[in-house]
Amino acid sequence: MNLRETALDDMDARVADTGTHESSAPRRHVGRSMQRLEDPAILTGRGRYGDDIAVKPGTLHAAILRSPHAHADIVSIDTQAASKLAGVRAVLTRDDLRPWSRPFVVGVKSPMEQWALAMDRVRYVGEPVAVVMAESRAIAEDALDLIKVDYATRDPVTSIEQAAMDDAPVLHERVGSNVISDRNFRYGEPEAAFERAPHRVKLVAHYPRNTCAPIECGVVIAEYLSGDEGFDVTSNFMGPFSLHAVMAMALNVPANRLRHKAPRDSGGSFGVKQAVFPYVVLMCLASRKAGAPVKWVEDRLEHLSAATSATARVSTIEAAVEADGRIAALSYDQMEDVGGYVRAPEPATFYRMHGCLTGAYAIPNLLVRNRVVLTNKTPTGLVRGFGGPQVYFALERLIQRIAIELKLDVLDVYRRNFVPADAFPYRAAAGALLDSGNYQEALRCSLDEGGYRELVARRDAARNEGRLYGIGFAAIVEPSVSNMGYITTVMPADARRKAGPKNGAIASATVSVDLLGGVVVTIASTPAGQGHMTVCAQVVADVLGLDPEDIVVNVEFDTHKDAWSVAAGNYSSRFAGAVAGTVHLAATRVRDKLARVLAKQFDCAPGDVRFEDARIFPHDAEDRGLPFARAASNAPHWAPALMPEGEEPGLRETVFWSPPYMDAPDEQDRINTSAAYGFAFDMCGVEVDRATGRVRIDRYVTVHDAGTLLNPALADGQIRGAFAQGVGAALMEEFRYGADGSFQSGTLADYLMPTTCEVPDPLIVHLETPSPFTPLGAKGLGEGNNMSTPPCIANAVADALGVEDIRLPLTPPKVMAMIGMDDPEPSRPEYREAPGTKPATPGGGRALTARGVVDLPATPEAVFAVLLDPKALANVIPGCHALEETAPNQYRADVTVGVGMIKARFEARIGLSEIDAPRRLRLAGAGISPLGSARGSGLVELTPQGSGTRLTYDYEAQVSGKVAAVGGRMLEGAAKVVLKQLFESLGRQAAGEPVQAHGSWIARVLARFRRQA
Amino acid sequence: MKPAPFDYLRAITAQDALDALAQYGEDARVLAGGQSLMAVLNMRLAQPKVLVDISRTAELDAVRVDKQAGHLVVNAAATQGSVEWRSTLADEAPLLAMAFPYISHFQIRNRGTVCGSIAHADPSAELPLVLSALGGDVMLRSRKRRRTLAARNFFQGMLMTAREPDELVEAVRFPLRKPGERYAFAEFSARHGDFAIVACAAVVTDASIRIAVGGVADRPVTEQWPRLRGDDLRGALNDLSWKLNAQDDAHISAKYRRNLVRQLGWRVIEEAK
Repeated sequence: MNLRETALDDMDARVADTGTHESSAPRRHVGRSMQRLEDPAILTGRGRYGDDIAVKPGTLHAAILRSPHAHADIVSIDTQAASKLAGVRAVLTRDDLRPWSRPFVVGVKSPMEQWALAMDRVRYVGEPVAVVMAESRAIAEDALDLIKVDYATRDPVTSIEQAAMDDAPVLHERVGSNVISDRNFRYGEPEAAFERAPHRVKLVAHYPRNTCAPIECGVVIAEYLSGDEGFDVTSNFMGPFSLHAVMAMALNVPANRLRHKAPRDSGGSFGVKQAVFPYVVLMCLASRKAGAPVKWVEDRLEHLSAATSATARVSTIEAAVEADGRIAALSYDQMEDVGGYVRAPEPATFYRMHGCLTGAYAIPNLLVRNRVVLTNKTPTGLVRGFGGPQVYFALERLIQRIAIELKLDVLDVYRRNFVPADAFPYRAAAGALLDSGNYQEALRCSLDEGGYRELVARRDAARNEGRLYGIGFAAIVEPSVSNMGYITTVMPADARRKAGPKNGAIASATVSVDLLGGVVVTIASTPAGQGHMTVCAQVVADVLGLDPEDIVVNVEFDTHKDAWSVAAGNYSSRFAGAVAGTVHLAATRVRDKLARVLAKQFDCAPGDVRFEDARIFPHDAEDRGLPFARAASNAPHWAPALMPEGEEPGLRETVFWSPPYMDAPDEQDRINTSAAYGFAFDMCGVEVDRATGRVRIDRYVTVHDAGTLLNPALADGQIRGAFAQGVGAALMEEFRYGADGSFQSGTLADYLMPTTCEVPDPLIVHLETPSPFTPLGAKGLGEGNNMSTPPCIANAVADALGVEDIRLPLTPPKVMAMIGMDDPEPSRPEYREAPGTKPATPGGGRALTARGVVDLPATPEAVFAVLLDPKALANVIPGCHALEETAPNQYRADVTVGVGMIKARFEARIGLSEIDAPRRLRLAGAGISPLGSARGSGLVELTPQGSGTRLTYDYEAQVSGKVAAVGGRMLEGAAKVVLKQLFESLGRQAAGEPVQAHGSWIARVLARFRRQA
Repeated sequence: MKPAPFDYLRAITAQDALDALAQYGEDARVLAGGQSLMAVLNMRLAQPKVLVDISRTAELDAVRVDKQAGHLVVNAAATQGSVEWRSTLADEAPLLAMAFPYISHFQIRNRGTVCGSIAHADPSAELPLVLSALGGDVMLRSRKRRRTLAARNFFQGMLMTAREPDELVEAVRFPLRKPGERYAFAEFSARHGDFAIVACAAVVTDASIRIAVGGVADRPVTEQWPRLRGDDLRGALNDLSWKLNAQDDAHISAKYRRNLVRQLGWRVIEEAK
């Protein structure tokens, strides 16, 4: 069934390369909770982040003009006025791109093109359309407001289901379909297993778009060098550095002409900083256009709206289940929303998890269909957990459903399906070689140390009192150190054969000793706050017998000067397993070389040279020892003549290491997607407030087995951080889009992340089952709770409410809708106003709507006359500066619209149609402003009412761009205010009253016309 | 995210501020704590030509109790923190003391001003709600005149008030605790410190209930009832929940808002018993 035998056969041979088996000095530092070496600088304001780095005199600041539309053709771009603004140096547009760049390459064979700027068409709100380079960011932003872009809007695709429909608008006509990849996989004999099994349990799981938002957004400083020198870039792009090749190819230069440097400190990445790479290319082009270095700092709105997102996914998952709950076969039908373009490394979200789609379970038969679909949303990419949250939300919800439908204890379902402890290394159906673990033991720890019995008692007590309390579980296998070949699984085997194999997970590290014996470590790892400096120092200190404080770890990364390869960077939890291990190997090489040098002087065997307490000595004669600093620098630097024959002078060792078993996908599409696989078992109790629908986490227990722990304090920090993000994904976080594809989560008041007030302290329990495949036995553990916490909480809420369909995030209104709530009628019907909501549109979102009634002190005829008279109309439209008739009943207008101090000046087209004087007409408007675009259309009906008119309006409006992204809770009300202003002003004009009184006329008008109930 | 260009004037005296407002009117905005204004400026949602900074106008930075008139008077430059951290606040204006912890976070109250929040008139903000519930008032001053408006006349809609462009909200007055009155405040928001989805304040005596609701209508809405109980109270709360004309938006249904009005309304009246 699995390849354990074969695996074990050649394991020794392969693992020998890692150096794990050789003897080393006793561990004094690794495994301890040492304080972080990074912290003094960071905590005293001396961190060196991307935005802190000094730039050359003359460096320009860039601002990016972005699309307010989800889907539109770009008819024209006029940059004249912007170019003339004082302080503006240049404007980069699509016309510059063809001669200087190429579309980005992606892993899917397709005629889809993505350039650094939108070319003919925009495909998501926030897509870059032009770049202004100016003497300051403020001036650059002033200039953005002066660029005129003429868009012809298209119908957007805003949901996965819609994208796959035959009649859906097609994003890329050359592709011909929004389904850009459709792959089927089959492992074992799934059809037969489904046939045979007594039970089938099925679930449709929806995973929303979300992210793990870092504090620091993207920063790029790019310079186009003279002659053929290419580009010099500093950015907080953090890898994978396979994308360096993508950037160089997009810039049409050899990779050695694109020098990339990363700063020391990072304000968080969580994978998301991968999405800086298209901006590296864009700013290189901007620098080329401007003839000067260019700096760009991404702001929060840019980041949330247009940087990246986790994929949304709809999964239909089904299990063939034996009577005792054992799963004989599993089937996934997954559809993944990658946004407007497949951007490298997508569709990696699918394939990162591919080898371990069977999770923690011994399921021999597996059927998979993966469809990648395009929607008019931001392109997706790395987000902490990468692919895991989407898979485990489906799989772990299914485990609960199996228990419920078969009336089993869910813990028994876990126990019966877990990969047995004696089966490791275990080859999962789709190819993952699960390296080590003891899942049964982790479950036992969770129940015992987490107080399962007490939790059950709490649930019983709560339920007896009529409260809603539930318990949930989740078991996840957490892959770390990605096999770079996994992405090629998306290609059919014959295409892979033609392209040649890709595989491996190369890490590199360099340890050097200077003239006074000081040790410097460099790694190609671009850390994002995890504490890599600290752990590297711990690792090297143990090998060389030094204090971690004495070791300097430089984590800046320079593609021209550092040792690096395709897998370099900070992602896929590769530090502990791969990078720290490679540092260990490099330090070991330094030690071994020194041992050979010193063995000659001590006249002993190299194996008998000891490194302890900053001294080097023969094992049997400590008194003959030398200080490390002196011994380590003497022969290699000052007296190379003392070097043994055949030894090079100098002392600097670089190791490149790739884990064993990192093969390319085989002919049957099996792929060992990662080098190591940790495990997490989560358990939680939640209480749901019947009155409000709020989910309160009563207790959360998370058990982790990530092999050897290098620094337990840092490990717990990783777990707490991932847990907080998991809570966010479960309860709050979602990128929301309107029916028109407008982006609606542009601030951190709209995109809700949990704060310390919302995150309880989880109980963390560790097991340590070392990995046989990594040099230090360590595995990644920083992404586990991003994968396990959302389904664990979802399962608990499902248990509390007794519901089946759980959609994230579980916001109080959503939970309350599941609980159900009384909504008694008011005692008098007039308290109830006509409901304002219209049904959701096919895209899934909803439009802004406004219906209202205004009583006007003029006859219908008089009101109609105003509407048909341009001069009077100009007077009526609030904030109208100019109105020009372009055709009968068609106008071009310049209007300022707003509420309170919030205002936007729109260039608008206004049209009257369906005219049936004096009874009804349709009044429509569409406008664009630097704050975004707005469209509205509504029917206006007039009926005589005494001596006046009752005007009824029924509007549907769509607002896109910045104002939709940040307007959040105000938008609905603002649209209503604006319409009300319009029609009340209409009444005044028709009645011959002054329309635009001095001062706060809006207030007066509102005071005058009472709101209709 | 940089603001559009503007001129900056720092008012040394209140008169400086009034002169500037008289001169620039609608083109000017008063900058006090900046906790709403700066974000709006940086997003270019507002583009005033002139900012009149009163944050260092010493004569406007005062909080005092006017025992005779029965008011806690908070001047324009006084921060929320300077009111919240009065050791006597719970005695002077208990409802205000109850509401402060819900106003965003400590750091924001440390800079944000009471008058600024009132002048901004966010329908979900706590201070306009408390001012309305207590029947407080707003003191407006321009170069030409001074006037005082009751809260119910000051708040006119979402982000809209009766303030004329040349007027400064010079102070707001919160009625001091009255014998026989009991108070309660409750709020439901997405996270601690967020704007209210629904907030309720109650002032209850043996004979009456005054309830104010924020976050639902376009301004705080106050109702005065006799001392209802049981089903009568439930019925009144239900009618109120409908009269607020709650709207569906992308995240929250009108039905859910009505539910919260009923739930929180009941809770504050119970607590204020």
